[in-house]
Amino acid sequence: MDYRIKLEIFEGPLDLLLYLIRKNEIDIYDIPISLITEQYISYIDAMKSLNLDLAGEYLVLAATLLHIKSRMLLPVHETEGGEEEDDPRAELVRQLLEYRTFKEAALEMERMKLLDRDFFTRKDTGDDRADAGERPVREIGVFELVEAFQRVIAGMGDMHIMEMERNDMSVSQRISEMLDLLREKKTLTFEELLGMPRERRQLVYTFLALLELMKMRVVRAFQRAPYEAIRVCVAAEVDVGGDAQE
Amino acid sequence: MKDLKIIIESLVYISETPLSVNKLKELLVDVPEKDIREALAGLADEYARRDGGIFLAEVAGGYQFRTAELSAPWILKLRGGKPATLSQAAMETLAVVAYRQPVLKLDIEQVRGVDVSATLRGLLEKNLVRIVGRKDVPGKPILYGTTKKFLEAFNLRDLSELPTLREIKELEEAESLE
Repeated sequence: MDYRIKLEIFEGPLDLLLYLIRKNEIDIYDIPISLITEQYISYIDAMKSLNLDLAGEYLVLAATLLHIKSRMLLPVHETEGGEEEDDPRAELVRQLLEYRTFKEAALEMERMKLLDRDFFTRKDTGDDRADAGERPVREIGVFELVEAFQRVIAGMGDMHIMEMERNDMSVSQRISEMLDLLREKKTLTFEELLGMPRERRQLVYTFLALLELMKMRVVRAFQRAPYEAIRVCVAAEVDVGGDAQE
Repeated sequence: MKDLKIIIESLVYISETPLSVNKLKELLVDVPEKDIREALAGLADEYARRDGGIFLAEVAGGYQFRTAELSAPWILKLRGGKPATLSQAAMETLAVVAYRQPVLKLDIEQVRGVDVSATLRGLLEKNLVRIVGRKDVPGKPILYGTTKKFLEAFNLRDLSELPTLREIKELEEAESLE
């Protein structure tokens, strides 16, 4: 995994807002909206001028801040029950506190002992990933998969029909099963994945599950050479970091 | 059973994932569960008392040998790798999943205020997060939860061992503001 160098770049708009509140030593329950809005917007401008890719979420929060600010300028109406109207900041405060809770939880988890950093366990040292990585492989697209699937379905033709009990199979269940299987076996051919006994219903569910996983890019399908079996494996490690820009 | 402790020690040593009492029961057909648990506790105690390079830890519903913390830099050198790390984004996302599971991607995004597609995919690939099902609402969105590997990686027996959140107390206070 790559080391990531982090300057004063924030995990998101809420993170930036929390930072400003801390920096100004402001009571989170009584945020001076116009001050914070001003600072928030000047940060965004600064980030823009540094040519940083600014995620749309930052602008959404800027709009929210301005909206709250405008509401704060309106006179407060007393309702009939004598209760004050909702503080326009309440929802934002709730969001900030919630985010802060999890940010702190994340920091605490960071301090916990972590596998492969603070302690280690035995593992099989056979480098399975290298195996797939060394040889040139060809990525398989959806259309090729559909073709392969049709071949399998066609091949079913003369098999005797076997009625299976209808069970509560679902695509999400197949997804978890498939992932478990792939983690255990590392790579499976398309045929193996569809499994035996071939039952139409199961085939369809399995295929849908495979498509879903490929869409999420959790698994990849590839071929070592033309006409070889199509193989499926869990996608190679990618940097977990770069979100926000996705 | 004679030599029970020796056998269990070997089994735990050779296993690549935490070995559960149930699995041991399955392997050691006629041995009562109580004896297995006693042997495990005895072994864990022996390793703890020895205070050496290896410990027997109870994690993720099973037992596993783990190395002493102070050896970490040398093990990394031996394996020629960098230490496992998670970015702050990944850690925050993981925290929301861990405490809020089963949870929708949308819920995580509401807490964090950013898109989490890439982070979530990374966590799925690292096998720290898994799909646990689909919510029964229109569109059947995917629900996420943590895996056994997550417990293993963070040294937890089960989810109840997660540190307590700086409690919902403050969230409640915020609600009284509304």
